[in-house]
This record gives sequence, structure tokens and C-alpha cells, in this order.
Amino acid sequence: MTFQQPKLNTSPKVSDEVRQTTCYMCACRCGINVHMKDGKVAYIEGNRDHPVNKGVLCAKGSAGIMQVNAPSRLRAPLKRVGPRGSGEFEEITWDEALDIATGLLKPIRENNPEKLAFFTGRDQSQSFTGFWAQNFGTPNFAAHGGFCSVNMATAGIYTMGGAFWEFGQPDWDHTKLFMLFGVAEDHDSNPIKAGIGKIKARGAKVIGVNPVRSGYNAVADEWVGITPGSDGLFILSLVHELMKAGKIDLHYLAQYTNAPVLVDAETGLLMRDENGKELVIDRTTGKLTPFDQKGVQPDLSAQYRHAGTTHKTVMHLLAEKYLDPQYAPEAVAERTGVTADKIKTIAADLARVAFDEAFELDQEWTDFRGETHKTMTGRPVSMHAMRGISAHSNGFQTCRALHVLQIILGTVEVPGGFRFKPPYPKPYTAHPKPHCGVQPNSALDGPHLGFVQGPDDLMLKEDGSPARIDKAFTWENPMSAHGLMHMVISNAHAGDPYKIDTLFMYMANMSWNSSMNSGGVMQMLTDTDENGDYVIPNIIYSDAYSSEMVAYADLVLPDTTYLERHDCISLLDRPICEADAAADAIRWPVVEPDRDVRGFQTVLVQLANKLGMPGFTNKDGSAKYQDYADYIVNHQRKPGIGPLAGFRGENADQVGRGDVNPDQLDRYIENGGFFVEHIPDGANYYKPWNASYQDWAVGMGIYDAPEPYLFQLYSEPVRSFQRAAEGHGDRQPPEHLRDRLKAVMDPLPIWYPALEDNGVDLDEFPIHALTQRPMAMYHSWGTQNAWLRQLHGHNPLYLPTKLWEQHGFADGDWARVTSTHGEITVPVAHQAALNDNTVWTWNAIGKRKGTWALSEDAPESNKGFLLNHLIHELLPPKGDGLRWSNSDPITGQAAWFDLRVKIEKADAPAESQPAFAPIKSPVAQGPSELKWKVGK
Amino acid sequence: MHPAPSVIIFTTLSGLGFGLLFWLGIDPTPPTGFTGFIFFAIAYALAVGGLLSSTFHLGHPERAWRAFSQWRTSWLSREGVCAVAALCILGVYAAALIFLGQNIAILGWIGAAFAVGTVFTTSMIYGQLATVPRWKTPLTPALYLTFSLAGGALLSGRTFTAIVLLLFAAAVQLAWWQRGDKALSESGTDLGTATGLGERGTVRSMAHPHSSPNYLMKEFVYVVGRKHALKLRVIAFCLTFVLPLILLLVPFNHVFAALAVLSHIAGVACSRWLFFAEAEHVVGLYYGMR
Amino acid sequence: MTTLPTSTDRKLGLVIDLDTCVGCHACVISCKGWNTENYGAPLSDQRPYGTEPMGTFLNRVHSYEVQPEAGPAQTVHFPKSCLHCEDAPCVTVCPTGASYKRVEDGIVLVNEDSCIGCGLCAWACPYGARELDQAEGVMKKCTLCVDRIYNENLPEEDQIPSCVRTCPAGARHFGDLGDPNSDVSQLVDSRGGFDLMPEMGTKPVNKYLPPRLKDSWDDQSLLAPLLEPVAEEPKGFLSWLDKTLDKIPGGAS
Ligand SMILES: Nc1nc2c(c(=O)[nH]1)N[C@H]1C(S)=C(S)[C@@H](COP(=O)(O)OP(=O)(O)OC[C@H]3O[C@@H](n4cnc5c(=O)[nH]c(N)nc54)[C@H](O)[C@@H]3O)O[C@H]1N2
Ligand SMILES: Nc1nc2c(c(=O)[nH]1)N[C@H]1C(S)=C(S)[C@@H](COP(=O)(O)OP(=O)(O)OC[C@H]3O[C@@H](n4cnc5c(=O)[nH]c(N)nc54)[C@H](O)[C@@H]3O)O[C@H]1N2
Ligand code: SF4
Ligand code: SF4
Ligand code: SF4
Ligand code: SF4
Ligand code: SF4
Ligand SMILES: [Mo]
Repeated sequence: MTFQQPKLNTSPKVSDEVRQTTCYMCACRCGINVHMKDGKVAYIEGNRDHPVNKGVLCAKGSAGIMQVNAPSRLRAPLKRVGPRGSGEFEEITWDEALDIATGLLKPIRENNPEKLAFFTGRDQSQSFTGFWAQNFGTPNFAAHGGFCSVNMATAGIYTMGGAFWEFGQPDWDHTKLFMLFGVAEDHDSNPIKAGIGKIKARGAKVIGVNPVRSGYNAVADEWVGITPGSDGLFILSLVHELMKAGKIDLHYLAQYTNAPVLVDAETGLLMRDENGKELVIDRTTGKLTPFDQKGVQPDLSAQYRHAGTTHKTVMHLLAEKYLDPQYAPEAVAERTGVTADKIKTIAADLARVAFDEAFELDQEWTDFRGETHKTMTGRPVSMHAMRGISAHSNGFQTCRALHVLQIILGTVEVPGGFRFKPPYPKPYTAHPKPHCGVQPNSALDGPHLGFVQGPDDLMLKEDGSPARIDKAFTWENPMSAHGLMHMVISNAHAGDPYKIDTLFMYMANMSWNSSMNSGGVMQMLTDTDENGDYVIPNIIYSDAYSSEMVAYADLVLPDTTYLERHDCISLLDRPICEADAAADAIRWPVVEPDRDVRGFQTVLVQLANKLGMPGFTNKDGSAKYQDYADYIVNHQRKPGIGPLAGFRGENADQVGRGDVNPDQLDRYIENGGFFVEHIPDGANYYKPWNASYQDWAVGMGIYDAPEPYLFQLYSEPVRSFQRAAEGHGDRQPPEHLRDRLKAVMDPLPIWYPALEDNGVDLDEFPIHALTQRPMAMYHSWGTQNAWLRQLHGHNPLYLPTKLWEQHGFADGDWARVTSTHGEITVPVAHQAALNDNTVWTWNAIGKRKGTWALSEDAPESNKGFLLNHLIHELLPPKGDGLRWSNSDPITGQAAWFDLRVKIEKADAPAESQPAFAPIKSPVAQGPSELKWKVGK
Repeated sequence: MHPAPSVIIFTTLSGLGFGLLFWLGIDPTPPTGFTGFIFFAIAYALAVGGLLSSTFHLGHPERAWRAFSQWRTSWLSREGVCAVAALCILGVYAAALIFLGQNIAILGWIGAAFAVGTVFTTSMIYGQLATVPRWKTPLTPALYLTFSLAGGALLSGRTFTAIVLLLFAAAVQLAWWQRGDKALSESGTDLGTATGLGERGTVRSMAHPHSSPNYLMKEFVYVVGRKHALKLRVIAFCLTFVLPLILLLVPFNHVFAALAVLSHIAGVACSRWLFFAEAEHVVGLYYGMR
Repeated sequence: MTTLPTSTDRKLGLVIDLDTCVGCHACVISCKGWNTENYGAPLSDQRPYGTEPMGTFLNRVHSYEVQPEAGPAQTVHFPKSCLHCEDAPCVTVCPTGASYKRVEDGIVLVNEDSCIGCGLCAWACPYGARELDQAEGVMKKCTLCVDRIYNENLPEEDQIPSCVRTCPAGARHFGDLGDPNSDVSQLVDSRGGFDLMPEMGTKPVNKYLPPRLKDSWDDQSLLAPLLEPVAEEPKGFLSWLDKTLDKIPGGAS
């Protein structure tokens, strides 16, 4: 038996070189080590030193190599030669492309800048694209936040100066009870998984609130299979239980929130002193005093009698509102699909962990009132939520309710609770307000987007009509801080509020998965007027791949892939910070493009130079920046503050604020593509009120001066719109919106049924239909990836046992799914761990034939489907001739998850329905076999 | 299991071929000269043809010689060794008979032993697999051996032996089917043990790892409808046994004999198709399939 | 070599925590990436941009539902790769000696240069851990990243399997299951790690950690103590508030 095991080389050479950059297979923006062999990408792994992913990488990230070699990559600028939507293009040179674009944009800029609508999708350079749009002078700019999760962002920022999403994270090291609402994946993909892994290893508890039990909910110890759209009620019922039992953090409420602030009984606005400081009654003196004075002990239960009126604290109003029996568990059980016992148990457990398992961190800190605390009190309950609660038309108030829940438990910004990531926390008052001051040939009077504080800040023209094409910041959705990208095409097509000339879009697959009513959008994009001209006259689009949207553009600007360009993940927009550190990052060309493509931001710089736009042009008329890399290094927003916070100054030793460093990008590359600055010990909790954090943030350039503030349980901006609707003030809402505003603009969180529920016969359409993100796919991009599309090449509609049995479905069956708006016929599958009245599918798997360099018989276009065909951007007509958008009435957030449907068994069609004609592919089809190996 | 044509052809033909070789090897008065040539040519055509066919399903047929090395543990290796030994030894035996008219009986016996050995080792390739409960039974070698010997007898014109062996094989076939239908459920292996989650409740596959099928599903999951299978069993049984027996029992006639042989071959092929197609590999459990 | 070593010096393998796996497929693709570029032939993909795309993967993640007698169904994401069995039937059936179990660490490997692609080893594996590469015609299986775990060109902390290094949830653990004191053995002990299909007698080295018990709140008998109300009415609440505030240090007395 003398068998010789083969001699193995167990130490083969791994690569010639490792280049470290930032992943962009999704917006989590992990650090990656790109292993190169013979100048080619051989293997991608996570960067262990990186603050976001600390070495791990998700499926998409590891599949990057198949993205960079994807046959769907656009190869050169394209000019449309066939009709719109046909996919017939000719390749042109960049000179020609830039000339065409300049030819369209120059007259607009000179005459009527608002005729340009510039909207960017999954943009990670918003501070740059926004700067470009502002200097162009159009009021019509936003990114995709309006259809994504603006409810989450605004509810968080208005309530506590920051949100979930990517603005903050649980204190994974200390939390003992983690409650997750409606998250399938989120932007913080890897950190959430790592966090859950961490707390699970400690045996801490996870509660998942989600109609669907998959992904994170599969590992949740307790699953709450809630009825979609009812979280607000469920949460307020928990608030009810906790308040009833007095299980609330009175100290926290008194010190750090507006619970003790007096509400003017006449106006419903907060009482303030002459400097605008909120007023409280000091328990030690019994006197009315600004909240932030040294030694003040705000009195939660105070009443203030003045001129015959009694003014009460926010705490009074909270108690009055939430102790009401309408929020009792028994009262909400049916609507939420959660039993009263379970609600009570959860409330009890939250209280137990927050208060009985409280702990002290031995860390001294000083608050903004100058009081020094010996320790930090930990309340090890943390929460996280995302689109599950925000992508509903009651999402803003639901998100606010969740924040109120966290705040009464005293678990925000404390050890074991939820914490912000720089540049958050930041009170809403520290954000800019929106601007719409348009002047031909000049820059807009300020940034487009921001946080309104009342009716005066709305973006209305003199005649009260919307100033923006998407009707953001109007009475229809006053607090729409991210704009309404989902309404742009629909409004531009309807000429409501006005017509535009050129639609300029970037990185958004608007004729497909990012639009509601995809079929309708295709029609709007191709519709012609009585002269035979397109109703939306010109469309310029930048994509990197052969997506569905490409076919609808007149001019296509082909972008590079993420490994081929410079990018900047900046503290000025959506950085990669951690709760303990500020951080930013870059991308840089680790491989050179092998096609005639250009980074889109560089193209914008080149266009700005051709147009001579201010902000991009020196006094002598010469160009300030040659390309995006040049801008990243040399642009300064304010003196000393540029897109990147690290390695500033001549010696690369300045942080946050500092002079331009011409070698900054090289320093980033040497440092692994990112930069981290840790928050000093003692400054990393209680940040909104912690003097040493505030000072650190000023030093970093995050604030200009310390800005301590109170959490806004009671939201004054919301109240100011409600008050206007009640008839106060000069700016008045149109009559048809008055009652709605009165009802929904409640300064304390409320719950109301989804707007769609009012317009739909719920007996006919009783079922909720949802989508979830697959962890291994990013919207439409994943499909072109040879490895990822094997995981999710088509998507069934999952049905709960009740519906499965009721309709007698069996494996392999198909169903016809109908909403008030449309009908689809799709394959079904059974899932038992699913809310009884809910069906769902994976998002954005279905593809149009002829796209993404796939064959026409690809499963994506034959079995795959989109739910989007059932969702309309408008609510069902009410017979008043008005177009009511299917959005949250406060923020304009697209209400994707309000959808109601009915289901019937259907004969299996040849392909999923609706089926659209194939697009002529602007790129060649991929090979029939892959044996990818770059090193031999 | 995926009923790969190459494997069905292989087991069918080489089973018959080695069966015939067995009878030729132990024949005290083996055919010589041209008759001998015809018999051996048929036997070799079937055995070698089958073996060649089996190499079609190899990823690297050019390395097939390596398959002789692991006879100590591998039934597949043993099969190769036996087959080559049988073919070589009986080759010499046949050459002596055909060209020299010499019966080197000892070679015939040894060769015959290797021929049966080949069929046995072939059967053990399947019969050893705990992963396919339907196959994992001594009845599998019994099935292969009786089929092979009966077929060989039939081919070699041993009417009586053929009748007896066909009856015997028919009984084994019925027993094999009967047992096989319960094999998976009686094996104790189910999705519960496959996932280790069985004690918590009923385990069900909710989603496959990939949305499109893979090698494992193509190789191990083949679903024949029950009705379909029953029909095919009846056909296989009639063709393999009933029809040949009837044809053998009527007064001898060369046409009938030829028909009996053809019917038997078609029947065996059909039975072999079912042998694979009906076999459930436990891997299917992971996919919620069988 | 088809004869199994009577014992191996170490028993290297994976421990997979079903309580933590969120089913993200990161391990699947990371494995595909590393093993396409490294050990042996690349893991090929047939019809990568067409209908029924089908490639070779060494690790796949299933999704199961477990319906207990009472309470809601539970979802379990279930990664599966070669378990590096001690009594590996895939090895003994191999006619060429291409399949072998290493004496030093128990890793089960295929020597692709000797493999004839007969597929028998895949038939013998109860777990579906072997896939015949359709382009190369040789058998592919998890190598336990034998070209990483001893690779001196990698920093020491990276000398672990690719799938373990990448798993965002930390649900995969690698180590010597033959050493009762190793972290992985301890984990298996403390969390009740189990074998897949023990009845097959393959003695897998890889172990699975069971999901922790779930949905205790749906079991009415286990209801945690509920909260005691201090007040049902706002009025009562406010007087409770007054009383309680007085007790808070620093408050007026
Ligand atoms: N039914 C349903 N629909 C939804 C949602 C839902 O939950 N359910 N979610 C909505 C949400 S939140 C969002 S954010 C949207 C997302 O939807 P989209 O914004 O459309 O997102 P993607 O499909 O990721 O990609 C947009 C485009 O970017 C292109 N692209 C990729 N990389 C690059 C690059 O490097 N450069 C350039 N220039 N282009 C690139 C892609 O090719 C694609 O055409 O979908 C929305 N649609
Ligand atoms: N892998 C991957 N990661 C992504 C993306 C991707 O496409 N792929 N997209 C990115 C983008 S653009 C975004 S916006 C984020 C979104 O991140 P998520 O918020 O995680 O997005 P969704 O997948 O839409 O998840 C919605 C979840 O909410 C649940 N849900 C729906 N309605 C309700 C409800 O009423 N109540 C409760 N409690 N739950 C509900 C759904 O079942 C689902 O689990 O993900 C980002 N990250
Ligand atoms: S989560 Fe995945 S795709 Fe997103 S950036 Fe990180 S590694 Fe890349
Ligand atoms: S990477 Fe980890 S969490 Fe993701 S599927 Fe694999 S084992 Fe599970
Ligand atoms: S899991 Fe399968 S392939 Fe791996 S050693 Fe065990 S039997 Fe062999
Ligand atoms: S496929 Fe290769 S490794 Fe497997 S049994 Fe055949 S020769 Fe051995
Ligand atoms: S150990 Fe290596 S080869 Fe095995 S599954 Fe993990 S990554 Fe793949
Ligand atoms: Mo989004």
C-alpha cells in the first residue's frame, strides 16, 4: 500500500499585485483587494482594514470580476438612429457626443434653465452632480432618494437629526436585544450581517418584524409576521404599553428631548425665547427657561399658565395621545396581524432589557449644559428599519413612531443602543433649505434639496404652482427632501406643472425596474405630439451597461465600470463612516478601460467647461478642472473643506479641514483607498449633547460651530404645515389638499391606512404584494453577471399557505395577479413563513428581451417578472380630474409597498406576462461558455 | 438518476456479451472454426461495444487506462480488470478454438469466471451505493447476474437453460422492483436527516440554491411519472421474459429464436432505463425532489 | 488513492452555524472566484448569458422551511460543500486514484490530472458535494482551500478558506475537528453540532450548528412577565410622572 499522495504546491503565487479600491457592486461601498495577474483582475476579496466591511465581502462583491468582463458593457457613445425604444443606435465619437449634448444644453441654459431636468439614480457623487446642476441653473435636480427611502431619511433627521439607513447603526458590541423592522438587505449590507453575526455569537436576541421570514428574519429569534403597512399601529401600541407601565427613560426624555418643552396651546408651536430657544420649566427654580442653560432640570410634567391659557409640555401631549385605548394591544391586534399577547410580551421584553439590563460604561463625559457625568448609561436595546416601513404612504409617520419608541426607551446614542455615523447627528435646522431661484445663464441661488421648516420654504412659483418638475416641496408633499424622481417622467409627459426640453438622467433604469408602471413609462418616453415630435423632446442618458433605459435615450454617454474610474465617497454626501469614526474613500482606475468610455463625472466636467459654467470656470475663463480626479482634489466647498477629508494640506497631515493636497489621491491609494479618523473616547456616545463630540465635529469640518439640540418627539415643522392647513398664515394649501394635510401633518406620530387602501376595493383586492432585495443581486445590474444570474435567473411569486391551499396551487403553477392598475401572469411558489395576506417576489429580476447582452430565451425575460407593472405612480383617479401621486403625502416617498392585488390560478403561458417586444441590442451577445482564468 | 444512453447501452450489451462468453467458456464442447468465430464475434461485439459505449460518458476517455489501478477498493476498477482479463483470456481461448480447433478448457473456465466477475463487478458499482437505496441490495448483483446468464444462454441457443434462467431472472426482477419501491422510504434517510433539522418539524425545500438546474440535479434527479413507470415495467417485463419464453416454448424455429433474442435485448434495455430512471439518489432530497 | 488512510493527523473542516447564516450566498461566490482562478481547471459556466445558465460550484446554499408542530414555520438557510468525510465513499469508489484523502489533514481532494471524469464519486457522495465540470470533464469539489490554508504568500490571518474569510455573518468556522481543544471542536460541543445523514456512515468532518430555539413567544405557556400598568389614563400617568420625577436625583424635592 505504498500510495504516493500527489505532491501539491500549497503555496501557489496568489497574484502579481494587489490594488485596493472601493466596491461598487452596491452602495454599501466596501473596501476591496483587487488581485491582479498579468495586468488583469484575477480575484477580488475584502479589505480587512476597511472600516465598512473589515475584510468580508458579499456575493456581489466577489462577483465583481464578472461585472468588469461583462459583455453588456457599452463600448462607445451612442446616437439614436431608429425610433425611441427600438435600440437602434450608431456609435459616435466623444467629440460628437459632447457637441450634441452642448448643442442641447447651451440654449436651455441661456434661455430657460428649468427646461433641463437632471436626475441621477444610484448616484454616489451627489454633492458633485448637485453642484453641477446648481451651476447649470436648473431647479430640477435630485437623485433617487424620493423613490427609495426619503421617509426614512426625513423622519429620522426631523426627529433626531439622523436616521437608520446609512446614517447610523446599532452599537453591535453592547446591544442585547436587536429589533429589526422590514429590512431585507439595506445599504449597510455587510455591516448588518456582521453585526447580527456578532450579537448572535453572544447569544443576544433578535426580533424580526417583517411579513416575510427570509434572510435576517430567518435568523431572528422571534418573528413578528406583521401585516404590511401596519407597523405604525404596532409601534404605537408598544409605546402605549411602555407609557402605561411607566417603563420610559424619564431622565433621558427630560434632558435630551423636547418632551419637557412647552407647546403653545394656541398655535401648537413650541414656546421659544427671543433667540428662538425652546422653553422649559426648570424643576429647581420652577421658572420658564431656555432648555440649554447650565444646570437646568427640565420638568416633564410642568404646566405653564400665562394670560389665562395653560400651556403643556410635549410629555403631556404624548401621554394624552398614546395612553388612548385606540393604541391598546387588543385594539390593534386585528389590523396588525399581531396578537395582543405578543405585543405585550414584546413591550415587556423591551422594558426588561432597556431598564433591567442597563449597564454603565466607565467613561466620563460632559453634556452641552456643562454637566459632567461620571459614567455613560447603557440601554442595550437597538433597532433598525428601512424600506419595509418607509416605502408606504404612511411611512414618514411610521418611521417617526419608531424613533419615538426608541427615544422613550432612551436607547438612541447610548451604549448598547442605536448610534449615528458622522456627519450625523445633525439637527434638521443645520441642513440647508431647498432653493429654486432660476436666472438664465447663471447658477441657481442655492442647493436644490434641503429641509423645509414651514410653508415659507416651499418651492412654489409666484402663482403658487410648483417650481420643480417633480413637484417636490409643494403642498402635495411638503417635506420631500430628496425630490420625487419617480414623478419626473410622468409630470414631464403630462406637462404638469410644465413642459421640459431635455431630460438628462444618469444611472437609473427608468424604463424598467426603477419606475412604477414601467409599461406606461415606456409609452411616455416614446409618445409624440400632434406634430409627430416626442412629447419629451430630448433624452440624454448615461449608463455603463446595456440596460432597458438605454433604448429610450437619444444620446447615450457610456460610463466606465467601477474598477476603471475615479470616484469619491465623500463626507459631503453619503460617506462610509462608522459610529466610532469618520471615514471616506475613493475609487481609482485599477484597470484601464478597453473601450471608448469615460467616467460620467468627468464627462460632466467636460460639459461644464464647454458651457463655461460658473463653479467650473476660473475668472480668466479657463477651466478649473480637467476631469473628476482633478475636481476631487482641488475643489473646495468652503475654504479648507473639499470632497475628501483625509490627507489634506501640503504635508498630507491635515484632517477634515485643510489646504488642497495635490497628492491626495496617491495618499488614499497608499492607505488602501480610504481614510478613517476615529472619534476620541468619551465623544462617541451621546453625540448630539456631548461637548467633546461637538468640538471634534467642528474640527473635522462637519459643523461650523457646536450644534447641540433636542430630539423632536413633537415636530414643529410638521405642525406648521398642519397649522397652515387649519387656515393660518399667508401661504395656504389648495382646498383639495387641506383636509388631508390637517389629518396627516400631525406633530406627534400617528398611523393612518395606506392611501391606496382608500381608492381600492379591498374586498376585490385584499392581498398585499411586496418585493424584497435578494442579497446576491443589485437591482438590475446583477443580471449581466454570469455568476450571480445563476443564483437568481428568475423569480417566483411566493404565496403563503393560506392562499396556496385556497387556490389549490401546486409546484410549477402560474398565477394571474391583478391590481387596479394592471395584470401580470407569473410562476408561483409556496412559503409557509409568510403573512397570511401577503405575497412577494424578488425585486428587479425580470428583464426585457434584448437587454444586458443576454439571449432572448434567457429565463430573466421568459419566467422572470417585475411587480412594477402592477404599481402606478398615481393613485386610482378620484373623479376630480386631479393627478394624485402614489406617494407619502408628507415626503413624496414612492409607496411601493402599498400595493393591493388579487390572485387567480392561470394556465402557464409561454412566457411571463406582460411580455414586451425585444430591444435591438447595442452590444454583442456574450459567449456560450466561460472558463475564466487570467493566470495560467 | 439520469438514464444516460451510454450507460444503458453498456450494461445491456456487455451484460449479454459477457453472459454469452460465460457459456462459451464453460461449454464442454464449444463451437470451433467458423461457427466459433460467429459466436465469439457476437459475444465480443456486445461486450466490447458495451464497454466502448461506457467510455462515452467519461470526461477523459484517453485516461481510461488509469481506471485499472484501484482494484483494491473500487468496483469500477475491478470491473475494468475483470473485463480485460475476461476478454484477453477468452481471446486466447477463442483463437485456439477458431484457428486451431483446440479447446483449452482451463482458459475457458478462467475466462468464464472473469466474465461472470465482470457482470458481478458491474452490478456492484450500483449495488454498493448507499446513496441510491433502490440499488443498495444483494438483489442488484442477482439481477445483473441472472439477466446476463439468461441472456447469454438465450444467445448461445441453450433453450432449456435459458427458460430456467429467464424464469429465475423474472422472479429476481419482480422482487427487485417490489423492494425498490420501498427502498428510499425504508432507508431512513429523508430531508430531516439530510439537514439534521428533522426533529424540529417537517422540513421542506423552499428554494433551490440556484434558480437554474445544475449538474447534480441533471445527474441525480430524474422524475418518471408513476403511471409511466408502471407501463414501462409491463413492457420491459413482457419483452425481457414473457415474449422470449413464449417463443422458446413453441417448437424451435430460427426466426422465433432470433425474435426471442431481439425481444429480450429490447426488454433488458427498457428495464435498464428504468433501473436508472427510477432510482432515487439521496441528493435529490436536498432539492426537495426524488 | 482510493484506499482511505486509517487515520489522519488532523481533521480539518468547517463548522457551519445555521443559527447565523442569513443565506447571502457570499460564500458561494467567493468560493467560485477563488477556485476559478486557483486549484486545477477553472470552474466553468455553460450558457453564462443564455437560457439555463449552469456552472460548476463547490458550495451552494439551500433554503428550507421547517414547520414545527406548533408555531410559525421557520426558514433555514443551509450552505453545503464537501464535508471531508472520514469514511469518504467518494474516495473508495474512484477507479483511478484521482480521489484521495490526505493523510496529514484529512482533506479530500481530486487530482485532476488522473481523473477520467467517470462521475462515480459524485454518485457515491450522499451530499451532492461533487460536480463534474462540463468544460474540463473532471470532477470538482471543495478543496477546503488547500491552496490558501498553507499558502505562505498569504498573510497568516488569510490562511483560511475563502468562504470563511468572506462570510459577512461569521457563520462559517474553520479548524481542526480532530483536536478536542480547538475552537471549532469547542463550538461543536457547546452548541450541539451535528452530522448530516449520520446513517450513511460517512462520518463527516464538517459539522452543523443547529438554529437556536425560536418563537418562544408564540408558546403561550412561556409568556414572559407582562408589564404592570402604573396608570391606564393620561391623568394617572401624569400623577405617576410627578411622583417619579421627584425621586430622580437632582429633581426638586
Ligand atoms: N417593485 C419595486 N421596484 C423598485 C423597488 C422596490 O422595492 N420594488 N425599489 C426602488 C428603489 S429603492 C430603487 S433605489 C430603485 C433602483 O432602481 P435603479 O435606480 O434603476 O437601479 P439599478 O437597476 O441598480 O441601476 C440603474 C442603472 O444604473 C446602471 N449602472 C450600473 N453601474 C453603472 C455605472 O457605473 N455607471 C453608470 N452610468 N450606470 C451604471 C445600470 O446599468 C442600470 O441601468 O428601484 C426602485 N424600484
Ligand atoms: N443586495 C442588494 N442590496 C441592496 C439593494 C439591492 O438591490 N440588492 N438595493 C439597495 C437599495 S437602493 C435600497 S433602497 C436598500 C433597501 O433595503 P431594504 O429596506 O432592506 O429593502 P427591501 O428589499 O425593499 O426590503 C423591504 C423589506 O421590508 C419588508 N416589508 C415590506 N412591507 C413591510 C411592512 O409594512 N412592514 C414591515 N415590517 N416590513 C415590510 C419586506 O418583506 C422586505 O423584507 O437596499 C440596498 N441594498
Ligand atoms: S455589500 Fe457587497 S456589493 Fe455592496 S459594496 Fe460591499 S461587497 Fe460590494
Ligand atoms: S456567507 Fe455566511 S451567511 Fe452568507 S450564505 Fe454563506 S454561510 Fe450563510
Ligand atoms: S462530502 Fe461527499 S465528496 Fe465530500 S468527502 Fe464526503 S462523500 Fe466525499
Ligand atoms: S470522476 Fe474522477 S475522481 Fe471521480 S471517481 Fe471518476 S476518476 Fe475518480
Ligand atoms: S473551503 Fe474553499 S473550496 Fe471549500 S467551499 Fe470554502 S471556499 Fe470553496
Ligand atoms: Mo433604493
